[in-house]
Amino acid sequence: MHALVGENGAGKSTLMKILYGMQKPDEGTIAVDGEQVAFSSPADAIARGIGMVHQHFMLADNLTVLENVVLGSEKLHGIGGGARRKIKEISDRYGLSVRPDALVEDLGVADRQRVEILKVLYRGARTLILDEPTAVLVPQEVDALFENLRELKSEGLAVIFISHKLGEVLSVADEITVIRRGTTVGTAVPADTTPRQLAELMVGSELPTPETSESTVTDRPVLQVDRLRLEAEGGRAVLDDITFTIHAGEVLGLAGVEGNGQTELIEALIGLRSADSGTIALAGDEITAWPTRKRREQGVGYIPEDRHRHGLLLEAPLWENRILGHVTEKPNSKGKRGFWLDPKGAQEDTRRIVEAYDVRTPGIDVTAASLSGGNQQKLIVGREMTHKPRFLIAAHPTRGVDVGAQAQIWDQIREARREGLAVLLISADLDELIGLSDTLRVIYNGRLVADADPATITPEELGSAMTGAATGHLEHVEESTGESTEAGAEASPEASADTAPEDEAR
Amino acid sequence: MKKFDKERLLLAVAGPVIALVAAIALTSVVLLASGRNPFEPYGLMLEQASFSDVQVLIVNQASMYYIAALAVALGFRMNLFNIGVDGQYRLGAMMAAAVGANVSLPSFLQIPLLLLVAMLTGAFWAGIAGILKVTRGVSEVVATIMLNAIATSLIGWLMLSDNWGVQVGNNNTTGVMKESGWFPGIDLGADVGEIYGLVFLAVLLGILYWAVLNRTRFGFDLRATGESESAAAASGVDAKRMVLISMLISGGVAGMSGLPLLLGEVHTYSLSFPAGLGFTAIGIALLGRNNPGGIAFAALLWAFLDKASPALDYATPVAYEKEIATIMQGLIVFAVVISYEAVRQWGLRRQQRQVGAELAAAAADNNTTQKEVAAR
Repeated sequence: MHALVGENGAGKSTLMKILYGMQKPDEGTIAVDGEQVAFSSPADAIARGIGMVHQHFMLADNLTVLENVVLGSEKLHGIGGGARRKIKEISDRYGLSVRPDALVEDLGVADRQRVEILKVLYRGARTLILDEPTAVLVPQEVDALFENLRELKSEGLAVIFISHKLGEVLSVADEITVIRRGTTVGTAVPADTTPRQLAELMVGSELPTPETSESTVTDRPVLQVDRLRLEAEGGRAVLDDITFTIHAGEVLGLAGVEGNGQTELIEALIGLRSADSGTIALAGDEITAWPTRKRREQGVGYIPEDRHRHGLLLEAPLWENRILGHVTEKPNSKGKRGFWLDPKGAQEDTRRIVEAYDVRTPGIDVTAASLSGGNQQKLIVGREMTHKPRFLIAAHPTRGVDVGAQAQIWDQIREARREGLAVLLISADLDELIGLSDTLRVIYNGRLVADADPATITPEELGSAMTGAATGHLEHVEESTGESTEAGAEASPEASADTAPEDEAR
Repeated sequence: MKKFDKERLLLAVAGPVIALVAAIALTSVVLLASGRNPFEPYGLMLEQASFSDVQVLIVNQASMYYIAALAVALGFRMNLFNIGVDGQYRLGAMMAAAVGANVSLPSFLQIPLLLLVAMLTGAFWAGIAGILKVTRGVSEVVATIMLNAIATSLIGWLMLSDNWGVQVGNNNTTGVMKESGWFPGIDLGADVGEIYGLVFLAVLLGILYWAVLNRTRFGFDLRATGESESAAAASGVDAKRMVLISMLISGGVAGMSGLPLLLGEVHTYSLSFPAGLGFTAIGIALLGRNNPGGIAFAALLWAFLDKASPALDYATPVAYEKEIATIMQGLIVFAVVISYEAVRQWGLRRQQRQVGAELAAAAADNNTTQKEVAAR
């Protein structure tokens, strides 16, 4: 099992695309089983036994597992009994426990991922490429995935594993390659490496020691949500009885397995969906009926969970993306209610953001699509922070972002918090959630079911509440020395990453 | 940065050029297949274009194409397909003609009134499709196609002599407009002809189109909606309102596209008023990449093919069918759609590679590529 780590824009995705035949190398060679190969399409790669599990699943929701697996390779084992037998066989052999006749839309994230893996194995893959497979999973699911991967390994398959979570990489990989800015900067053996060494290798410099920050929570409420309820078509509640308050200078962390109402909550707060009952108030003004634009003008910042769908115009230049969401505000426009666009002002400010937030780009006229994910995210964070929001919705602010940029984004959030920003933080990265939040809530099935103190809680305890197993106020059960409490206490996700490998390896 | 600008220009031009070359080549294949000289017709047509009277015809025709294509392009910019430009154009022209025949104001009031009538009529007709889409989710494609058919019937009915129609020979018209509503043209002499005064309306609309889309908040919201509806909504664009407004504007512009001919030459709406302009305009907007300059070029090219081709029928010693031009127009639309998509994808990939290469180069500079090998 070989792990590939590196900053965003380091070239991990490009390398994977080349290995999978989606892009052609300009120089150099690839050898499979000692034999030099040249791929011109993914089909070639598949024929050579290379399979890819993408970060975003590529499954048809309204088809069954069986149908999804055979789709596109009907010739292999047919579409009927033969295929079903083959799927059963693979599933049993590697302990994937996949049910061929389940509908994909009924499956959870972890199950879908297993279907993706099975799909690749079905096509005869001997080398699996997994692109950030753990980004969408809770800790318990991550462990299960690693079990599966070890199973694959013991059967003689090779796995290439891309991740940002260094703890995971160290616990599961046999060998690690670090790449930075398009070249290999080193290799490491997990046994002799600490996450910190690895992180420094990735970033290419000493990591800044995270400063200890004292609480900045004030008693001035900025966002008050009261008994918010949102219904899906047909009257089923997707959000019910959501009540919370975020004060100036407070980060409220919302933990939860994806699909438990986080998306809907964000949409209700930003104004994309209107509440069926309940109220939302911003600094005392009721904003429940305000349209999205007014909310944004009045200081609701938004770092969306899916930046491609909600945060960027992919085919527009960076400076136009800098305007997006703030078109009525300076420096993007001038005149009454920002009638006239101000391209010069926007371009100038984009250059500033690119500079200040270390967005790696050759210029501001390139399209957003040509930047790597992390650099896109830095642009979004820079854009939102520039407008000095009073309340920030930060959904997975560092998803797909490398260690260096991650620390930077955290710093920016902390900085703004010190100046009185209220933040709703939604993240699948529990270390981030625990490290950054002042208050923790757990959302399950559209309800806030539990709360916890980030100073004492561990990711595992939080994880069990996320699956609905625990409710109410979560108390940390002291079992070892004070070390784990220490790590979580002082808002230092880097520090807690240090302890992560033990946790995950168990 | 300059380099990217040049790139973008190159990419913008590559699409149309490839499309035109392909279309011409394919037309030559058609000519060859029918046993004709594959190149001579082009020469004959180009020769036509050197005559001033043909040039006037081309410019006049192009002005109408241009306005109608702007209407289509505006919709395209926000992913709305207004196929109803044709109905909006005919209805707008007919209403303007009817008002012009029955109201008599001094010129400085009459002409703005006619413009307004045409615009509002077109906007109203497109607005129906807009409202249906916003309230009931009816696809604007379906709604506007239906509205085209309804417009045809409505015009036919309104032009009955029982209603507003005036019988002239065996042609139904709306009656001759009052002279205060005639828009003076630029007379270039008896054997050359007259350039419609409203050609300047087309130019003005082109400038407005550019300014609104690129220099106003509204234009930005519109383009954002076209590029990503979800991102635009999250940025605070009210998608429904945007659909309605752009349908109204698109229809309003479409409603005016018949006016250069109506106010500049025929002064009456009759059954022989040219139909199908709105459909031609779709091809023109496509070829012009929804860009005001590009559309001007495309409109002139189309008008050239229209006006230079009739002479093919009378060419000596060998006559060609003027339908060659129609074949070419059809092939251009085909080639345009394919080549633009190909060029777009190629350009995106190329830019991604370039960005990667530049970043790698920059990194190599300040990194002096030292390879640390850790923990081995």
